[in-house]
Amino acid sequence: MRKCCLRELGRVPYGEAQELQQQLVSRRQQGVAADHLLLLEHPHVITLGRNGHAENLLASQEILRREGIAFFPTDRGGDVTYHGPGQLVGYPILDLREWKRDVGAYVRAIEQVIIDTLAGYGIAAGRIPKLTGVWVEERKIAAIGVHLSRWVTSHGFALNVSTDLSYFQYIVPCGLTKPVTSMAQLGVDAAWPEVARSLAGHFGRVFDCEMVPGTEREN
Amino acid sequence: MTDVVMPQMGESIVEGTLTKWLKKPGERVERDEPLFEISTDKVDTEIPAPAAGTLSEVLVQEGETVGINTVVARLDEGGGDAQPAAVPKPAKGAEAKAAKPAPPPPPEPAAPPPAPAAPTPEPAAPPPAKPAPPPPEPPAQEAIQPAPAPEQVEDTAPAAEAASEPAGPLSPLVRKLAREHDIDLSRVKGSGAGGRITRQDVESYLAQQGTPQGAQPAAPPATAAPQPAAPAAQQPPLAPAGQARTRIEPMSTMRLKIAEHMLLSKRTSAHVTTIHRVDMTKVARLRERLKEQFQANYGFSLTYLPFIVRASVAALRQFPLLNASLDGNNIIYHNEVNVGIAVALENGLIVPVVRAADEKNVLGLQRAIVDLAARARSRQLKPDEVQGGTFSITNFGSFGSLVGTPIINQPQVAILGVGTVDKTPVVVDDAIAIRSICHLSLTFDHRLVDGALADQFMGKVRQVLESWSEEVL
Repeated sequence: MRKCCLRELGRVPYGEAQELQQQLVSRRQQGVAADHLLLLEHPHVITLGRNGHAENLLASQEILRREGIAFFPTDRGGDVTYHGPGQLVGYPILDLREWKRDVGAYVRAIEQVIIDTLAGYGIAAGRIPKLTGVWVEERKIAAIGVHLSRWVTSHGFALNVSTDLSYFQYIVPCGLTKPVTSMAQLGVDAAWPEVARSLAGHFGRVFDCEMVPGTEREN
Repeated sequence: MTDVVMPQMGESIVEGTLTKWLKKPGERVERDEPLFEISTDKVDTEIPAPAAGTLSEVLVQEGETVGINTVVARLDEGGGDAQPAAVPKPAKGAEAKAAKPAPPPPPEPAAPPPAPAAPTPEPAAPPPAKPAPPPPEPPAQEAIQPAPAPEQVEDTAPAAEAASEPAGPLSPLVRKLAREHDIDLSRVKGSGAGGRITRQDVESYLAQQGTPQGAQPAAPPATAAPQPAAPAAQQPPLAPAGQARTRIEPMSTMRLKIAEHMLLSKRTSAHVTTIHRVDMTKVARLRERLKEQFQANYGFSLTYLPFIVRASVAALRQFPLLNASLDGNNIIYHNEVNVGIAVALENGLIVPVVRAADEKNVLGLQRAIVDLAARARSRQLKPDEVQGGTFSITNFGSFGSLVGTPIINQPQVAILGVGTVDKTPVVVDDAIAIRSICHLSLTFDHRLVDGALADQFMGKVRQVLESWSEEVL
């Protein structure tokens, strides 16, 4: 069975997490690192996907500065999004050539991991055709945005566990004018580490790999 | 030639959107170096080049969505340098064609054009156009026309350049620029290693040449008037008859931006244009009197434009709705008067902004305009110098146009077009007089501005110009 290193990193500034991802991606491409799943949380930050529209960022730089929200343009797919405390952010660094070699299947699988995780808490979440992400009725609970370089993935997903949803007022999430929600808003009082553990389990099952804590080199 | 295709990103994926070219036509790329990016279902992917070579042809533009395995570009693996690429060349086809319809002249049908295959580091300036008889020599192509050698049609580019080529290697980009602007590279001074000519060298050479390269009557998107000084002369020569019937070239980023911006404006605003005839005689006399002194004191000439800016500013102060913009259902009144001035570039236009135009006199305005226009042409404007305009002026009169109907520069609500100033017989106090007449056209957004207001605004502009009383120096 393939192995996937699971690393729980706690709260990591966005820029730092990006650097770590880049290192892992290039080592994965060279074949000197195994697949990884990074689970973490960011301080307040708004990021813009490569094909994002700056007009979906509703707040001026000044407001962002005043509110202590960082801003990063990134190379992931998708539009603008917000990350902050109480959100479970996952960055899988996988070589898809060893999985299905299919980006569509990859995105659907990520959605499945989150749907299964939420089901464990009694939340019935699902998909909306053409709108990547995980939804509870018409509300978005998890966002997805991925970058792929030589079949190695980076960026990933963000699940609202107990996110302060008021921060989403500064953006049009993913360019869609649909509301967002969180597990807490849906009445589920779950702690971040607990959700992370559960999600990692579902990740291993859906991607058919063994989750190994810590870093481990291939070979 | 290697075809580059939209890759298959998985069974479930049947198409992809090409979001970004990471190389430009004519640029060299190494095998496995990222060449473009695609987007499929929230996944952005960089696609590496399948082989090393020169990107010779881009077939799918940024933003286009195409099915998998569609050819999106072609790579030329031949010693990149020898091929100035970018010419979407009907290479194979033309060669074949050329070979056929030419039975009479000296055979050698197979003789391949000298450029591509040979990885030689430059056809090192071949002897200039000797009318050498038998072999289809490249220099012969310089004399295109209905020339005696009908078989030699294709691949004119490298040969045409060779004659005027200075020593030292040239990048494909420099060659491309030179060809596009019809520059004799031997007259460009190289600042790179070993006197090598860089792109900056070519650009600053172009900038020095000043106006002449403004081949296009580009300035405003207005109705261009026929211009006596044939601009066509500067254009790259049209393909001679007998060649492929079309030529495909990707639009430059600037061209794409302009196209987008123009359509956006047409979709956004309700464009209406009103035209006023203005008697510029007073200003013309003043200008005539001060011109030389102006040149001597400040080193630049005095044109009509700063007078018109000054008059517009006075009118904008009186009718602030023309200095506003629309944001949803709100009107935003701008307390600053920042006037954008359209500047024609070789292949497009840009609208740098004279900030706080209401705080400048004619001298200050002229200085700002000269400075912005020069830096626009040498591509040295800073980003914030093309932003924040609250009103725009486009001077198509300098290209001979009498009247134009410009497109509003969003999110502004009005733009003033300046026609040429001509001595014209007009009726003054029931007598015929010769006056310097100029037509000013104001395109305004009828969502916000009504005709009556627009004409009051123009009345004010006219009144200031016709009864000019301000000191200039």
